[in-house]
Amino acid sequence: MTADADGAEKQAQAGLTHGVGTQALREGTPRARAEAPATCLEVRKLNLYYGDKRALNDINMTIPEKQVTAFIGPSGCGKSTLLRCFNRMNDLIDDVHIDGEILLEGQNIYARGINVAQLRRRVGMVFQKPNPFPKSVYENVAYGLRIQGVNSRRVLDKAVERALRGAALWEEVKDRVHDNALGLSGGQQQRLVIARAIAVEPEVLLLDEPASALDPISTLKIEELIYELKTDYTIVIVTHNMQQAARVSDYTAFMYMGDLIEFGETRTLFTTPRRKQTEDYITGRYG
Amino acid sequence: MNDETPNDRGTGAWLRSGLPWIWLTAGTVSFSLIMVFGLLILITLRGMGHFWPQGVVELTLDNGERVLGELSDSETVTAARVRGLGIEVPEGQELVDRYLIKTGNRDVTGSDFRWVTALHVTETRHPESVFVAEREEWGNFYGFVEGIEENGEAIASGDDPWPEIAARMERTQALRERIEHIEKDRMGTVNYELEHLRLRTRELELENAPADHPGYAEIAADRAALDARYETLAAELGTLYEQIGRDTLIARTTTGEVRKLSFAKLVRVFQPNAMGLGAKLVHYFDKAAEFVADEPREANTEGGVFPAIFGTVLMVLLMSVFVTPFGVIAAVYLREYAQQGTLTRIIRIAVNNLAGVPSVVYGVFGLGFFVYFIGGSLDALFYPEALPAPTFGTPGLLWSSLTLALLTVPVVIVATEEGLSRIPRSIREGSLALGATKAETLWRTVLPMATPAMMTGLILAVARAAGEVAPLMMVGVVKLAPSLPLDGNFPFLHLDRKFMHLGFHIYDVGFQSPNVEAARPLVYATSLLLVIIIITLNLAAITIRNRLREKYNAAEA
Repeated sequence: MTADADGAEKQAQAGLTHGVGTQALREGTPRARAEAPATCLEVRKLNLYYGDKRALNDINMTIPEKQVTAFIGPSGCGKSTLLRCFNRMNDLIDDVHIDGEILLEGQNIYARGINVAQLRRRVGMVFQKPNPFPKSVYENVAYGLRIQGVNSRRVLDKAVERALRGAALWEEVKDRVHDNALGLSGGQQQRLVIARAIAVEPEVLLLDEPASALDPISTLKIEELIYELKTDYTIVIVTHNMQQAARVSDYTAFMYMGDLIEFGETRTLFTTPRRKQTEDYITGRYG
Repeated sequence: MNDETPNDRGTGAWLRSGLPWIWLTAGTVSFSLIMVFGLLILITLRGMGHFWPQGVVELTLDNGERVLGELSDSETVTAARVRGLGIEVPEGQELVDRYLIKTGNRDVTGSDFRWVTALHVTETRHPESVFVAEREEWGNFYGFVEGIEENGEAIASGDDPWPEIAARMERTQALRERIEHIEKDRMGTVNYELEHLRLRTRELELENAPADHPGYAEIAADRAALDARYETLAAELGTLYEQIGRDTLIARTTTGEVRKLSFAKLVRVFQPNAMGLGAKLVHYFDKAAEFVADEPREANTEGGVFPAIFGTVLMVLLMSVFVTPFGVIAAVYLREYAQQGTLTRIIRIAVNNLAGVPSVVYGVFGLGFFVYFIGGSLDALFYPEALPAPTFGTPGLLWSSLTLALLTVPVVIVATEEGLSRIPRSIREGSLALGATKAETLWRTVLPMATPAMMTGLILAVARAAGEVAPLMMVGVVKLAPSLPLDGNFPFLHLDRKFMHLGFHIYDVGFQSPNVEAARPLVYATSLLLVIIIITLNLAAITIRNRLREKYNAAEA
């Protein structure tokens, strides 16, 4: 881990020497902590192009295990695009070209011969708008397991209950798990989608602005849920709400125009940002 | 408005307000509705009225002649036209009324209808005692009952012969049902098996089996057994025919001719002028039921249309079975797997154009490709023993369904593609993000959600296919099919058989029958039935679709 931190330091210096904003600056794992968390995802020199247009520039970062990492930045800065790289969702978009590496526990997910479906079981994702399937609550949660070939009623019953409890939804829906999921409220639907994602027991949970379409009370519930979930999962969350990032995350990455400007412990980044751009954004001067 | 603004400004304001536009659009909708309901009401009235027992009128003409029959039409024509026909009309009279009387008795007078000029009618009566007999041959008989004969001897029937007639009609009816059962079902089965044996013999011959091949002996034994069965049935039939020919109704026409009507040839005997409302209603529903449930008589102009109903429905169902999977699979490939580019665009345009090809062209294609090419090849491969008589190499139910499936497949493709493109991206991503592959996503989520769209396609396909006649005339429909395509003989569903179809029936009865005038009400009744069947099929499909839609309702919001 020290080697890693040293590397990060070097790169940070390199970034500084190369001058302004274009080069990613990586804040390594904070040395101040006694027990530095292990690395879960590592991004190396990631570039992403939509056709000829470069959307992500040379991103380098390490996402720590069982912590909440937030991506913030103005609209169009590439934070969602970066998030979608972690489970290769960008593969679905025509004309997208990616170079660089993302290591999930040491293995490059963009290497040849990677089973993408397998990868997505390990890296779950929750989208901005709740997208439950037009099936029952039960079938929604059981979907991922059924895909894996689990059909035993007993196993599914248990898994569904566990996932719904995990997503703090069980008490609200336990009497109507066989009703159509589309009958739930927006906030409940979003928690259902989270339950659906954790039912397959992924290692990483990607949340793409999970609360932006919800009312304040539902948002609060989601945030509480994120706090609970981080004991079991590595969570990466994209948000354009800085208060939310400050409340829920342990680490924060600030992105701007496809560049990773600053990455560090949330408390440090919000109180003493190193870069001018970060400070301007946090204090609301643009964005 | 008038008291506030000058008139010209008022008009301008009226135009600008958009009111004329609203009136125009609403008017167009109303016009369409009036046309549609007008059509429905017309065929309903004409079609439903056909079964109501008409009163019989007896006209006495000034030359002493008497005309008996149903008044089926009346019109006013110019005197000149009537004079041209050699009928005297007094000077100074410009217009003449004339009546078309359905006189029946084709065996006596040679025609069913007769025009009578109102001028010459001196007396009009509705005799209570007149009776109408619907016969299996020669159309209706109108006249008066003289008496009843049993085995050629008159029997006393008192003042009122009707209870006696009713009893004898009932007896004859029972006998007729037994005869029908023997002829159609039991003898039909024997004949079917005999034909089967003939084919087996032919098969052995084609294999060049030696004359002492055990197969021949087996066949001979079977044939002997069947022949014996046939003989028994034939003997039974002979007795029944003897019994059914026992009674004869002696009837007199209005001109005084006496006719002997065998009960065996009478379908229905009634006295329309003596019937009360209740009796008329019974008669009406009896006739309507006969129309729906019985087989046609007299070159399709009498009796029922059951084989045509059956053929239409079965053909449409088979077509649905063929077209749905085919269209859906094609649409899935086009929308989900094919790379969207110039080629797919060209394919889409081609598919849309296919929907515009005249249906008769499909008929020609079906005849050339399905019947002669595929059917001919099947015969050569699998049914050589029946050749030169074709089995599948001739128009039939299977080829008709396939031709119509081809005709309607563009509709299903377009509707399914439309449905697939409306499934939100977020749903697909949600499934993929859970580790499902593209195929799993398609099967478990996308296709079920697109089922309402598929049903819409199927509804449109059924609506189009049920109304098509032109292509069917080439690939399987006939005027009169000897047997239904579904029966008790293995393999039960006979896809190679020709069948009857309501649409073709309308054309045939309306234009090809020996007595077009008499058959006209039947054309309306058959049209009504066809419309009802199409509506029923559509309603069934729409109900299923709405159920499905309810299930996936909020997903499209």
